[in-house]
Parts: sequence; structure tokens; C-alpha cells
Amino acid sequence: MTGETPGMLAGMLGIIRRDLLLAWKRPGDVLNPLFFFAMVATLFPLAIGPSPEQLEFSGPAVLWVAALLAMLLSLNSLFLSDFEDGSLDQMLVSPVPLSALALGKSITHWLTSGLPLVLVSPVVAITFRMPISVTGFLMITLLLGTISLSLLGSIGAALTVGLHRGTALLSLLILPLAMPVLIFGARTVSLVAAGDGAAGGLYFLGAYAVLVLSFAPFATAAALRISNE
Amino acid sequence: MTAKLSGEDLTLFRGERCLFEGLSFALNPGELLLLEGRNGTGKTSLMRAIGGLISLESGDVLWEGKSVYTFRQEFYAALVWMAHRVGFKADLTLVENLRFEAHLRSQSGVDFDEVLSRLDIDRLKRLPVRSLSAGQQRRVALARMLLSGVPLWLMDEPFTNLDREGRALVMKLTREHLDEGGMCIMAAHQDVDIGSNVKKVVLQ
Repeated sequence: MTGETPGMLAGMLGIIRRDLLLAWKRPGDVLNPLFFFAMVATLFPLAIGPSPEQLEFSGPAVLWVAALLAMLLSLNSLFLSDFEDGSLDQMLVSPVPLSALALGKSITHWLTSGLPLVLVSPVVAITFRMPISVTGFLMITLLLGTISLSLLGSIGAALTVGLHRGTALLSLLILPLAMPVLIFGARTVSLVAAGDGAAGGLYFLGAYAVLVLSFAPFATAAALRISNE
Repeated sequence: MTAKLSGEDLTLFRGERCLFEGLSFALNPGELLLLEGRNGTGKTSLMRAIGGLISLESGDVLWEGKSVYTFRQEFYAALVWMAHRVGFKADLTLVENLRFEAHLRSQSGVDFDEVLSRLDIDRLKRLPVRSLSAGQQRRVALARMLLSGVPLWLMDEPFTNLDREGRALVMKLTREHLDEGGMCIMAAHQDVDIGSNVKKVVLQ
């Protein structure tokens, strides 16, 4: 009567597939943070004024802050709909390890909010008169940084899922851990723009992403169990 | 012989209030455990505690003699849950939702279309779950139970929103499941006419 219990990978791929399908059917959830990012980053040059030095100087910082806030904006809903319609309960009582499902959620979150930011950033960077060579580094730092942010954010989203209006708390929980990503991300791009090497910053962002990857799925799983009591 | 699933001396507080204290039960293949009690007496909480979703004040739930709080994965490989909220994605179709379920728990391998036609939801296959009525959504939740190949069914108010035929169907399916050596824990208000293998827990 009993069949095979699905393994970790099957469970993870299953949830990635389902959430991508959901994102496809409700593109608004994906486009909102992206729109926010594009708006902030294009309005800023209008407010600063046309001085090329100022734009080039503030470009990396503004783009990175906008990206960080856009990620935070999309994190709030990571587990919310699963919590509300009861599918989170179904995941909690699945034989697939919860950390595998949590990692699947983080991966989908990155695919639907981190990756689009990376892909749009070169277009937005034009408004800051960023040279092509520097734009490449902006994309790489965003790529590595948003991976960390998606993973870290899932912990915060899991902790605040049972609370109403948990957005402020979520930001407070995540920001301290996200600070290194912001500092190294923005600074690396600034250094490249000034003609310095980028290796140190990229190594740090890469190492940080690996570090976060090693604990975030487990922390998210534990947080989901606690906040769903 | 120890029971397949047993609860020993369970005590649960919600806030200041004690929902139950020193509660014990034992469940073996072919048996139904019926949780009775008025609204707000803690039937759902007891079921969530048995499912390991709420930590108890004291006591332990044992599956094959092992604590379900420690050996979660083993226990979860053996159960399927029909909760109050059906747990389907409103934007996905019935088939897409049930296909995802196959990634969450083991499947019995029974014919998919046969299960759907038995539950009278085969016409709704391509519709998003959002557009189904509450009763139809409960039937999809029943399909999840039938498609999963697990011995233990947890059913929280399975009769809610179902019409008369639907309620009779739940009884029939449960009886068949028990006859095949399955187990069932059910929280219900109405009388359940299953047969002789019913144990009752009454919550005050």
C-alpha cells in the first residue's frame, strides 16, 4: 500500500516548481519589488541633479540600498500565503525535511526577486552614468549579495509569519545580518569605479553567501516550527 | 504489545487555560480514535499536538514506541492530515495542487482519475481551486488522503461544508481505510457511524 517516501531533492524541486508556477500566474508579486527598485534608482538622479561627479559617486550606494529595500519588500510575503491557506501545515507534516523545503522557498524567492534585480540593474545603472566595465561588477556583487539576502530573509520571514504586520519586525531582524552585504556590495562597486581591485569584496560576498547557505535553511525550518505553534 | 500510536499523560496549556491534563490514548491498526467535545475544548489543539505541531506541557506521543517529537520524519512518512484549512493554492488548478502533494508524501499508486471520479470532482480538474466551492475543496482534500499511501489519517472536522452524499462518502472511505488496516483520528461533532472499532476521547 505504501509507496516511496519522496526524498529531499524531490521535495525541494517540487516546491520550486509550484512556487514558480504561482509566480507565473501572479506576476504582480514579482514585478512590484522590481518596479520599486527601478523607481527609486531612476528618481534619485533627478533629485540629485545632472552633475556627473555626484551621480558617479552616489550610484553604487543608491543602487545597492534600493536593491536591499526591494528584497526586504518582497520577503514579507514569502511564507504568508502558505500560512494563510494552510499549505504551511501540510509542509510541516511532510516526511521531506523541512529545511529542504525552506531552501526550496529561498531558491524560488531568489529566482523571482533577486535574479530580476540583477538583470535589470545594468539598465538602471545607465541613469548614474556608470561605465560598462563597472556595471559588470555591480551585477556580480548583486548576484552574490541577493543570494545571501534571500536566505537570511527567509529566517526573518519564518519568524514573523504568525504575526500580523510583521514587516517592521522582519526588517529589524534582518538588517543587522544584511549590513555586511550592503557595505561590501556597495563599497566594492565604488572601488572598481575608482580604479581599484574588486577581488577582496567579491571573495567576502561569496564567502558570506556560502556561510549563510550553510545555516539559513535549518534556522528557517526551526523558526517555522516555532512560529506555527 | 505496545500500541502503534499512543499518547501518554498528555497535558496542554494554551495561555493560562488548561485544555487537557493527563490524557492518554492508544491506537492500533483498524481503529478509529474519535475526539469529541464542544467548540473551543481543544480538539484541534489535541490533533495538532499529536501531529507534533504544538509542544506539550508534559507527556509524549509515541509512534511505534518512538517519540514523534524526536523521530518526526518517520512519523510524518506515515500520516496525512486533513486540516481545517485545506492547504491548497487557490491560483493553481486541482491537478497542479495534487501533483505537488506527490512531492510531499508517498503515494499509494492508485489511479488518479479513478479517485477524482469517485469523489465526483473529475469535472473540475482544470479549474483553479479558487473557483471551487468550499465543499468541493474538501473533496479535493479527501483526494489527497486517498492518493497518499499512508496508514494514519488525521481528520479535523472532515464533515464541514460537505453535503449529505459527501458526509456519507467520508464515512465509507474511512471504513474502507480501517478495514484495510489503516488508522484514523477524527475530530467531529456529529455522530460517526463507522463500526465497532471506535475509541473515544471526550474533551471537557
